[in-house]
Amino acid sequence: MKETTLPNPGLQAMPKDNSARFQRREHHLMLALLMPALLIVTLLLIVPLGWMIAQSFQVDGSFSLEHYERVLTDGVYWRTFGLTFRISFIVTLAALLLGYPLAYAATVLPRRWSLMILALVIVPFWTSVLVRAYAWLILLQRSGVINQTLMGLGLTDAPLALVHNEFGTIVATVHILLPFMVLPLYATMQKIPRDLMLAGSSLGGSPMHIFWRVFFPLSLSGVLAGMTLVFVLCLGFYITPELMGGGRTVMASMLVSRNIQLYVEWGAASAVSVVLLLMVVTIFYLVSRLVSMERILGVK
Amino acid sequence: MNQIQCFTRKVTTQLAAFSILALPLATTAQVAHADQITFVSQGGAYQEAQTKAILDPVAQSLGITINQESAPDAWPMIRTQGATGQPIWDVVDTPTFNCIRGGEQGLIEPLDFSRIPNAESMPDGYKTPYSVAYEFYSSVLAYNPETYGDHPPQTWKDFWDIDNFPGPRALRNNPLGTLEAALMADGVAPDELYPLDVDRAYEKLEEIKPYVATWWTSGGQSAQLLHDGEVDMIMMWNGRVSSIIDAGAQAAFTYNQGVLQSTHLCVIKDAPHLDTAMKFVNAAIAPDVQADLPKYIDYGPGNPAAFQTDRISKARAAELPSSPENAAKQALMAYEWWSSPEGVEAERRWLEFMQQ
Repeated sequence: MKETTLPNPGLQAMPKDNSARFQRREHHLMLALLMPALLIVTLLLIVPLGWMIAQSFQVDGSFSLEHYERVLTDGVYWRTFGLTFRISFIVTLAALLLGYPLAYAATVLPRRWSLMILALVIVPFWTSVLVRAYAWLILLQRSGVINQTLMGLGLTDAPLALVHNEFGTIVATVHILLPFMVLPLYATMQKIPRDLMLAGSSLGGSPMHIFWRVFFPLSLSGVLAGMTLVFVLCLGFYITPELMGGGRTVMASMLVSRNIQLYVEWGAASAVSVVLLLMVVTIFYLVSRLVSMERILGVK
Repeated sequence: MNQIQCFTRKVTTQLAAFSILALPLATTAQVAHADQITFVSQGGAYQEAQTKAILDPVAQSLGITINQESAPDAWPMIRTQGATGQPIWDVVDTPTFNCIRGGEQGLIEPLDFSRIPNAESMPDGYKTPYSVAYEFYSSVLAYNPETYGDHPPQTWKDFWDIDNFPGPRALRNNPLGTLEAALMADGVAPDELYPLDVDRAYEKLEEIKPYVATWWTSGGQSAQLLHDGEVDMIMMWNGRVSSIIDAGAQAAFTYNQGVLQSTHLCVIKDAPHLDTAMKFVNAAIAPDVQADLPKYIDYGPGNPAAFQTDRISKARAAELPSSPENAAKQALMAYEWWSSPEGVEAERRWLEFMQQ
């Protein structure tokens, strides 16, 4: 009894002190563990990025806004950015419409089935983008499987133009980016407690009602995460639109490569990249005002 | 015991890792050694073919070591090496265009032709102040013989004639060669193309645009289009048509009104082995080694003197883009025009044309 009433500052302070020291040590250890990655990011990402931005403001080694003037005044650039954003938007919506039911099915079905669904989503992910583009060509082209079938059934007289245009580009891009939609969605849906749905139905909610009032709102952070990932990745697509677009689907990355060929200055290409980067950062900023970055990146 | 073994293995691995790291240092240390060059080509079957026909024999006869590298698109690398002022490449085999604009920007050495006697017999169109022709290919009119039967298309006029030659077409998603074809379709003679009338060419292209199913970007894609019957007519590289014909596809082509294109050899400005590099350029365009190239690949020698050696059969010569008979039917691409301001402007305009 005596002991408990006696003030014993030492005993109380000790563990506190210890944990602070422990925390500090852990802090340092973490920092040390981070160093290699930080170094690599700085050397391979930050420095080149800074160099690229610096280049975009230079003509013949002195400061100039010539490259930005070109990007902002030439109609080619606006049309290309417009098309890039439009395709990215359509691809994102299509990926959401296809990916949401998939992720939902993987969440609610028995484990055996959900594994199968996830495997079907992920296995193509391991195949080269080039191979998948050619596979879609075989399916979609004039003499391709789909057109042959449609004509064989007498549904069309002449082959449909399914590829070498924007449509073909979108189909192949959606396929390639689908895992980036399904995986964050699945991760979010997994964390939604099933009890909530049970509670909903015990209170008399119809399955539809429960889905829209309980499940869907809780899955929204996954929706946003998937949409952001797919949208941003799609903005930089190169090989797929090049192969599937028939030359007419000019996306921003192709402008970068064209400008390296066409102009003597690296800056001509850098400026395009910087403008695209700014647009992406703006999008991230706007999205982050709606939902926190940690949520998008799956930390919370 | 086990631990010791484990330890030794670890040390050996570390040593191995260290020596790999040290390798570039060793190479730099050897720079002073003059009897070697770094030669850069475009990789693949083409680089293998020239290794057998040209590079190995030349290395042997000159007594030098040729370190090979591949860069399908050498231009950004040429730029970078020029910008740093510390080139690591010596000789580059690259589309002529790159040699000329590189030369004009001070990235490529001017050639001293008195040191390259093998170039003497070559026509002026095969040389530039910075480079010399190494091999030829051609952008030809290829078609599906099943579609056109006894009356296959033979000229660009036919390619543009959608009434008599129906069917989807493909052209390269690039103005080089395509503008030339458009002008020939509009009646310009193959030897009177340059300077190109760019407005006229783009106007003519507008005519055919609705019938062009695909504007191809890679050689593999062009082969796939004709092979799978996606298009009935296509302007593509002769080597690609030959390869799908060999694979048994329904395909044929004509050299008539083809656009004869080349890659040239050029030497990087202040190359580490400048002197050996110049010797190499001369040896690599010697008629004998040049004549051996078509044994391994469907490209024509850059030096026409190769056809006067007895190393190329008549039958083989008839198949090659740069044989005198075939070259006479074609337009020789003027890369100097394409690297001039007018040429660059014509290239810039391409994307506008594609987007409209």
